[in-house]
Amino acid sequence: MKRRQLLASAAALGAMSLAIPAFAQDEKLKVGFIYVGPVGDGGWTYQHDLGRQAIEAEYGDKIETTFIESVPEGADAERALTQLALAGNKLIFATSFGFMDAVVNVAAKFPDVKFEHATGYKRADNVATYDARFYEGRAVIGTIAGRMTKSNKIGYIGSFPIPEVIQGINSAYIHAKKVNPDVEMKVVWVYSWFDPAKEADAAAALIAEGVDVFMQHTDSTAPLAKAQEAGALGFGQASDMANFAPSPRISSIIDNWAPYYIKRVGAALDGSWKSEGTWAGIGDGEVVIGEITETVPAEVKAEAEALRDQIASGAYHPFTGPLKKADGSDWLAEGAVASDEELSGMNFFVEGITAQIPQ
Amino acid sequence: MIDLTTLIPMLMAASTPILFAALGELIVERAGVLNLGVEGMMIVGALAGFATAVATGNPYLGFVAAAVAGAAVSMVFALLTQVLLANQVASGLALTMFGLGLAALFGKAYEGIKAPAMGPGPLGLNWIVWLGLASVPAIWWFLNRTRPGLILRGVGENHDAAHGLGHPVRRVRTGAIAFGGAMAGIGGAFISIAIVLQWTEGMTAGAGWIALAIVVFSNWTAPGVLAGAWLFGGVTVLQLRLQAAGVAVPVQLLSMAPYLATILVLVLISARQKFSRRAGLGAPGSLGQNFHALR
Repeated sequence: MKRRQLLASAAALGAMSLAIPAFAQDEKLKVGFIYVGPVGDGGWTYQHDLGRQAIEAEYGDKIETTFIESVPEGADAERALTQLALAGNKLIFATSFGFMDAVVNVAAKFPDVKFEHATGYKRADNVATYDARFYEGRAVIGTIAGRMTKSNKIGYIGSFPIPEVIQGINSAYIHAKKVNPDVEMKVVWVYSWFDPAKEADAAAALIAEGVDVFMQHTDSTAPLAKAQEAGALGFGQASDMANFAPSPRISSIIDNWAPYYIKRVGAALDGSWKSEGTWAGIGDGEVVIGEITETVPAEVKAEAEALRDQIASGAYHPFTGPLKKADGSDWLAEGAVASDEELSGMNFFVEGITAQIPQ
Repeated sequence: MIDLTTLIPMLMAASTPILFAALGELIVERAGVLNLGVEGMMIVGALAGFATAVATGNPYLGFVAAAVAGAAVSMVFALLTQVLLANQVASGLALTMFGLGLAALFGKAYEGIKAPAMGPGPLGLNWIVWLGLASVPAIWWFLNRTRPGLILRGVGENHDAAHGLGHPVRRVRTGAIAFGGAMAGIGGAFISIAIVLQWTEGMTAGAGWIALAIVVFSNWTAPGVLAGAWLFGGVTVLQLRLQAAGVAVPVQLLSMAPYLATILVLVLISARQKFSRRAGLGAPGSLGQNFHALR
């Protein structure tokens, strides 16, 4: 008797679970995200998740969002993307450079699903790319770093030696050098986007070499915690990281993805979505300079804000000649500015940076 | 070129988390249990330690709490493998995932909070680093010079024989698992309290897996674990320091050096076993096998 009841209830359960998808057949647009780190990283992934929350707030019950966090770059990304596509997501955002090939592969298998890949360069009919001109922000914080260093040694914690990161290092160095000709740039690559212990060790290594102001292109707040302990200065990266203000965090580069996400989801909803490459900067509000704290003297703050406004209005491009490459060869002539194409393939340091790019 | 007086303390601090975790796992494996849940126990310890340190303002209390929390989650594994006789590999992997998820869930409230400062101990290194170092001879002595250590090794080498001699195999193993959990918890807490100085989800970032590799590298000996931890920690710190000093180093090559060394050690040990018939691979005879008393 008991067994029969069990079987009956199991059958009922089965029927129920079969019934659920039928209820779910409505016109909601399902939007999926894969993140390279946890949403609680306080940096890069956190900002993308704020973008996801912004589209939920904007479109309410017209859409439904899901995310998969801490997806490793590589084969596992294909699994995660496939999973999202099979679950009925029609617009999928992949928010790390290393997801590029996985996105292209999965997109080929799901032609009716729209994909958006952050910071990549491979597009297809159903794959759009989007990026932010982080180097514009680097110019501003590089200026602050050049002014604030007492040891004339500034540091940079790099993730992977890819164009996006190299642009930032060059831009920061050029503008630090402009305000402080004696400045020297030290670069450490950690080969990870998110590894708090290693990022903290990298910060400690820079500090041990005499660096007193550093920037980072990794996702956690660990370097700032290290800076605080050692009395060095740093900047919020990707997110404002305001709980380290006013010192060691003296300013920040904030990635504001919400406007872009709202625009693209809107386009997917009204059917006007098409594959394109977007590269927006300070002027578009996608790169935001966080509050410059009172640790920074007023005249330095004014100088940095003036540079920010010049970049925003388009009056000044952070890569304006004359500039030479680190090997001494000419790159940009007097007054010439780098093209987007050159920037997106940047694989060299500018003159003055003695560190090598690992090959 | 690189100041050794700053390099060596950095190396010792960087290797402390994996030293604790690997010493704990050494005891577990010497008792014949393979617990792949080190990463999960570490992250639980990282959170519990951090939360306690923040709540009490005392980082050392944080380490105590981390040890308790690590041991507590390891009891899930002990229940599965020692009482219910579940597969150890699967249970260990499950423990890792469970720990990562559990810590992420409860860690939300601790994001963005800073750890209380830890006063430096001798040579500018805090007391936990020295505790880790002191654990190495202590564990060596326990394993090789004490009767309980002998029983633990016996249980790991041949659990049927140990059972025949009247030793409580499953109780010994449960105790070893608890110790391993406590050590992994302390190692994890060292990352959150002493290295990163805050809680971040997923912050152990694979340290538990390195600890497992180190136990193999050590050939299941305590001094070998220390050597392995310093090698892994040392390479990480050294390559960062070399880069910061502006030396062009092949980062990828240097980063894979400890793994290459592990493979090399394994090859050398098994070759010695083959050709000299002397001491062979130090892996305990009953490693990874569940024990079920038939009589």
